Amino acid sequence: MAIPPVVEIEDVRFGYEPARPALAGVSVSIPRGAVVAIMGQSGCGKTTLLRIVAGWLKPEAGRVRVLGKDLAALDEAGILALRRRMGMLFQFGALFTDLSVYDNVAFPIREHTRLPEELIHDLVMLKLEAVGLRGAAQRMPSELSGGMARRVALARAIALDPELMLYDEPFTGLDPISLGVIARLIRELNDSLGQTSILVSHDVAECFDLVDHVYIMAPARVVAQGAPAELRVADHPFVHQFVAGESDGPIPFHYPAPPYGTDLGLDSARG
Amino acid sequence: MKRSVIDAWVGAFVAAGFGALLFLALKVGNLATFAPEDSYRVVARFGNIGGLKVRAPVKSAGVVVGRVAEIRFDNESYEAIVTLHIGSRYQFPRDTSAKIFTSGLLGEQYIGLEAGADGVMLKDGDRLRLTQSAVVLENLIGQFLYNRAAEGKEEKDAKK
Amino acid sequence: MAEQAFAVALRAVLERLGRAVTARILRLGFAARFFGYLLLHSGVAMRRFWLTIREIYFAGVLSLIIILVSGLFVGMVLGLQGYETLQRYGSSEALGILVALSLVRELGPVVAGLLFASRAGSAITAEIGLMKATEQIAAMEMMAVDPIARVVAPRFWAGVISMPLLAALFSATGIFGGYLVGVQLIGVDEGAFWSQMQAAVDFREDVLNGVIKSVVFGIAVSWIAVFEGYDAAPTAEGVSGATTRTVVTSSLAILALDFVLTAFMFTGGNAR
Repeated sequence: MAIPPVVEIEDVRFGYEPARPALAGVSVSIPRGAVVAIMGQSGCGKTTLLRIVAGWLKPEAGRVRVLGKDLAALDEAGILALRRRMGMLFQFGALFTDLSVYDNVAFPIREHTRLPEELIHDLVMLKLEAVGLRGAAQRMPSELSGGMARRVALARAIALDPELMLYDEPFTGLDPISLGVIARLIRELNDSLGQTSILVSHDVAECFDLVDHVYIMAPARVVAQGAPAELRVADHPFVHQFVAGESDGPIPFHYPAPPYGTDLGLDSARG
Repeated sequence: MKRSVIDAWVGAFVAAGFGALLFLALKVGNLATFAPEDSYRVVARFGNIGGLKVRAPVKSAGVVVGRVAEIRFDNESYEAIVTLHIGSRYQFPRDTSAKIFTSGLLGEQYIGLEAGADGVMLKDGDRLRLTQSAVVLENLIGQFLYNRAAEGKEEKDAKK
Repeated sequence: MAEQAFAVALRAVLERLGRAVTARILRLGFAARFFGYLLLHSGVAMRRFWLTIREIYFAGVLSLIIILVSGLFVGMVLGLQGYETLQRYGSSEALGILVALSLVRELGPVVAGLLFASRAGSAITAEIGLMKATEQIAAMEMMAVDPIARVVAPRFWAGVISMPLLAALFSATGIFGGYLVGVQLIGVDEGAFWSQMQAAVDFREDVLNGVIKSVVFGIAVSWIAVFEGYDAAPTAEGVSGATTRTVVTSSLAILALDFVLTAFMFTGGNAR
C-alpha cells in the first residue's frame, strides 16, 4: 500500500479580499520524507499557502489534508494537536527576546510535557548540538548574529521532534557561510529525523541544490513543478525567466507607464 | 534576571503596598467601627436631626461609645427614628438622654449621651425617652431676632 | 451645478465620518470580546503564578520610584497650598484633613493611575506590540501555546494587582510629604495634624472607596494596554501609535471613571 502524502492540497481557493484571490485553484502534493520548495515572486501566494497548511487560514474552497487529517473537519483543539506535530521556522527566527537560548529551546518542551528539568536539560543540549550551538546555551537572543539566531530557532522548532517542518524564507538575509549551514541543517534534520519539509523561498541557487521537488507559483496559481534538474532546462518562458534570473521576460522590466516621450514632454511640445 | 531576585522585589513591593494600606486605614482613618456582634441596639426619636449622618459617632463625656446605624422617618408622627449601636462594654441607665451636638462651630454632627440616674440599664432594642433635637441655625437666628424685637417693644412700653 | 458638487462633497464627508464611527465601534466590540477571552483564559496566569509575579515586577516595582517621588511632591504642594488657604480662615489645624482627604479620595488613585498608564501601560503595549511585530506571537501559536493566556493575561493581572498598591503608596507618601511641609517646615501643630485627620477620614467611606477606585482604574488601564499592544499593526509606526493610544485612552478613561465613581460614592444623603 502506498504511503499517503504528508500534505495534500486540492484545488484550494483563498482571498484576503473578495476581489483579488491570493490562491485560485492551487493543488500541491508533498510525499513523505521529501524536501519540497515552493517558490515564486513576492505576492504570488506562497506564504498564504504555508499559512493554510499551518491551519492559520481557512480556504474558501478546496480540500487540505495535513498528516492524514482534513483541516476543515478539525476544531480549535484539533488544530492545536496537529500543530504539535509540526515545526515552523520563521523568517527572522522569532526567538523570545526575554528568554535565553536555553529557555527558548526548552519552551515548547516545558509547555507541552511534564518532563523533569534534568531530562529537559538533556533534550535541549541534544537539539542545540544538532544545530551546532550547544556552547551558546546561556546567551540571550540579542547577543546572537542573524544566522545564529535562526539556528537557535531551528533547534526550538525541532524540540518536540515534529513530523512536518515548515520554513518561511530560511535563506533571506544570510551571509554565504550561514546559508550553507542552514541548507545543510535542513537536509540533515529532514533525513535523520524522518521529517518532511516544505520551504518557501525565492533563492533559486540554494533551493535547487537542496530540495527534491519544486513548485513554482505565479500570482495565485502553480505554473510549473518538477525536480530541480527538469526546471533548469524547462521551456516555459516564466519558469525560464525565474530560474535564470533574467531581468526581462513574461514579467516585464518596465512597470506599466505612458510612453516615454509623453513624460519627457516631447510629443506635444514639438511645434 | 534571576528568579529569586524578582521574587524578593515583588514580595517587598506587595508588603510595602499593604503596609501603606494599613497605615491609611489605621493611622489616617478611623478603623474602629463597632461591629454588630459586640454592640447593642438602642432607638431614639428626634424632632429634627439636622445634619446627622449614618455612621456618625455616639459620644458620652466626649468619648466615642458607639455609632449611628440607621436613620428612618416615621410618616405618622413625623419624627426621625435613629438607631444607635452602642458598644457592649458601655452600660447606660434607662433614663439616659440623647442630644445632637455639632463638633466645632461648623463641623459634623454627632449624638451625645448624658447618663441618667436609673438603676436599671438599657437593653438591646430599648428606646431612649429623653431626646433633644439638633439646633438649626435658621431657627436660632429667627429666635434671636424675635427676642430682640420683643425686648425693644418692652423698652418702648416701659418708657411710656 | 454647484449644488451637485456640494452634494457630492457632503456625501464624501458623511461617508468618511460614518466609516470612522463604525470602525471605532467595531474595534470597541473586538476589545470587549478580547477582554472576555482574556478573563476566561486567565487560568494559566493564576496556576503558573510565577508568570504574573514576573510581570508585577516589571509593572509595579519598576514604577515605584516615579510613584513615590510624585506622591511626595504632590503631598508637599498640598501642604503648602492648603496652609496658604486655610490660615486665612484660622483653620490651619485642618491641614491634616485637607491633605489626607484629597489624597485618599482623589489624587492617590487618579494621579497614580495616570502615572501608571504612562509608565507601565505604555511599556506593556510596546512589549506586546513588538512581540507581535517580530512574529514571536505567531511562533507561540505555531507551537500550540495560547499567546493570550501566556503573554497577555499575566500582564493584565499584574496591572490590576499593582494599581491599588501603588495608589496606597502614593497617598501614604503624599500624607508624609504634607506632614513634612505642614508640621516640620511651617509649624502647624503636630498633634492637631494627625488627630483631626484621624477623626475626619473614615475607613469605609474614604480609604476603601479610594481603593475601589484604584482597582477599577487598574482594570481599565491594564485592559487598554494589553489590547492596544495585541491589536497593533506589526510595524514600527503601528507599535508607536499603539503606545500613544494607550496613554491617551487610559488617561481619558481614568478621568471619566473617576467622575462616575465619585458621583456614586461621595455624594451626600444621610440615609444610606
